[in-house]
Amino acid sequence: MKIVVCVKQVPDSAARVVVEHGEVTWGDAPLVINPWDEYAVEGALRLVDEQGGEVIALSMGNEQAKEALKHALAMGCKEAILVSDPQLQGVDSLGTARVLAAAVQKIGGVDLVVFGRQAIDGDAGVTAAMTARLLGFPALTLAAGVRGVSSDRIVVERAIEEGRQVVEGALPAVLSFTKDIGEPRYPSFMGIRKASRAEIPIWSLDELGLPAPQPHTSWPAVLNPPAREITTEMITGATPQEIAEKLVDKILAEKVL
Amino acid sequence: MNFELTEEQRMWRSAVHDFVAKEVKPKAHEVDQNAQFNWEATRKMGPLGLLGLNVEEEYGGAGVDAISAAIAIEELGWGCGSTALSIAAHNGLGCAPITLFGNEAQKRRFLPGVTSGKEKLAALALTEPGAGSDLKKGVLTKAILDGDSWVINGTKMWCTNASIAEFVVTLVRTDPDGGSKSLSLIVIPTQTEGVRIGPPEKKMGVKGSPTHAMNFENVRVPAENLLGQAGEGLYQTLVVLDGGRVGIGALSVGLAQAAMEEALQYARERETFGVPIAQHQAIQWMLADAATEIQAARWLVYHAAWLKSQGLPFTKEASMAKLFATEMAERVTRNAIQIHGGYGYSVEFPVERHYRDARLMTIGEGTSEIQRLIIARHLIEQTG
Ligand SMILES: Cc1cc2nc3c(=O)[nH]c(=O)nc-3n(C[C@H](O)[C@H](O)[C@H](O)COP(=O)(O)OP(=O)(O)OC[C@H]3O[C@@H](n4cnc5c(N)ncnc54)[C@H](O)[C@@H]3O)c2cc1C
Repeated sequence: MKIVVCVKQVPDSAARVVVEHGEVTWGDAPLVINPWDEYAVEGALRLVDEQGGEVIALSMGNEQAKEALKHALAMGCKEAILVSDPQLQGVDSLGTARVLAAAVQKIGGVDLVVFGRQAIDGDAGVTAAMTARLLGFPALTLAAGVRGVSSDRIVVERAIEEGRQVVEGALPAVLSFTKDIGEPRYPSFMGIRKASRAEIPIWSLDELGLPAPQPHTSWPAVLNPPAREITTEMITGATPQEIAEKLVDKILAEKVL
Repeated sequence: MNFELTEEQRMWRSAVHDFVAKEVKPKAHEVDQNAQFNWEATRKMGPLGLLGLNVEEEYGGAGVDAISAAIAIEELGWGCGSTALSIAAHNGLGCAPITLFGNEAQKRRFLPGVTSGKEKLAALALTEPGAGSDLKKGVLTKAILDGDSWVINGTKMWCTNASIAEFVVTLVRTDPDGGSKSLSLIVIPTQTEGVRIGPPEKKMGVKGSPTHAMNFENVRVPAENLLGQAGEGLYQTLVVLDGGRVGIGALSVGLAQAAMEEALQYARERETFGVPIAQHQAIQWMLADAATEIQAARWLVYHAAWLKSQGLPFTKEASMAKLFATEMAERVTRNAIQIHGGYGYSVEFPVERHYRDARLMTIGEGTSEIQRLIIARHLIEQTG
């Protein structure tokens, strides 16, 4: 199988992301591979571990996004490609999907395009579906696992709130994985050695034959979440039993559970 | 002069750090309290390359450079002294003699299993009841060639990993006449008949790293288990220990780093006389000294590792790194307890464990006194 896994470089989930003067900032916190995309890489690698083939990591972003690609290489992806162009600054989800779809076409012969469920920065969660639409591939989103693959079909188990849903689709397809796929593997030294030596090709919009994407959506305002009122109440009682009972009553009254 | 890690080394540090933070550090307390080796994390180390740091890829290892190896042991030390000691001994003492002095067949036979994480680990037995610092005169364990096998009799002490090892590389006397050419290293699989491994020693620290006495009674191993030539054992041991010492230095840097991080956090939170104790100069000085000494030790360790990776002599520098880093770790972990006050003396706080773990490091793989002796000999020989 030839699998393309799309990864994004995002601020570390431990970073304090805030709005300052109308702009989003995370200070000098490090950028990391989007945690959901690590599951996507893991899912893709598991598929080729079983089925044979290769995984190509693809990212759209600036030079720094190479770090996310190197992480994917260190985990075991065979190749990595970065799409980077000054005209892509601030591009929206649809623009991103256009770029990724064009890159997938340029790679050629791809059986499966894999995404994480969403990016932890924008949290839109629509890029996979949009890319599928643009490629004309079926979109099998929120896959918890792959049940089977043949030369032209794939069967996945989707994790949905109500339970699990088994879905079969034609290949080539777009797939997004959830955490249920299993813990992402740690990069090995051998993988790191390969990744640190890899020359990652950079494709421009010209090379993809795309015009500068016109934004269809924009962010007129970003706001900090409203400050939370926190009050502390000590629960007292004569015995641990009594304290626990009072605590349970409180929890139920507040509808926490 | 360039003080930067390569991109490969930076990525490796961050990967090992993440692994240790998730799989090793959270278990350190339990591992210590129950004196139980952390197999669960160790099984996962194989695929990462942590169990074959200096083993070439063709024998299942990762073949990392000496600085990357030091980084890995440092990060493990930051997570858990016990786990770090066993993994350092596995790599630096157990596997190293085979990578350095083993022939093709020996490497194929012994290394792929122990580097995979699927089997047990490797160990080195030098010390005996009557011989630690003075191996040349003190080693009494005998090996006699009988047909095509060695017959081994004797007792070893303080063997890290013996009970969790597939084999123990053992220093034996092959020439009863004595002298520096009378010792040899022989690989003894622990399943061999006549090998008895004592119960785990009850120790002050590094409790999750099993240490054992071993007894060999007419143990027969094939003649081809000898590493290199008979009589080279002492020389081989000294070469292995040079590398091992860089590892113990790195481990000590990691332990001290962990203790300092705990102390720093505690100093920011604990208040006395109306301010966090971090505002008191006496506390600040301890923290400043800790940070400075850790950094100094780290550079000594990396420099020794760099010399090793360049194929340059590094015996003196390895001894300096071990001497300084281990004694530094004792001071830093001691002060980390001091900063914690009474709570530092409680087993509920990790600094108490750091202190106990650090205490070993000035003893194992050559005491501080022996390191000073080596350094002094180099100085005197060079200038004399
Ligand atoms: C937890 C643990 C794990 C260990 N793991 C291993 C292992 O895996 N394999 C292994 O072979 N050994 C291992 N050892 C043994 C360790 O290497 C020895 O304990 C160490 O080398 C010291 O030897 P000794 O205990 O016989 O002390 P001795 O050699 O008897 O030394 C006693 C004291 O005399 C000092 N001294 C000795 N000679 C001199 C001198 N010439 N000048 C000045 N002072 C001197 C020493 O520094 C020390 O202070 C381990 C020990 C421990 C505690």
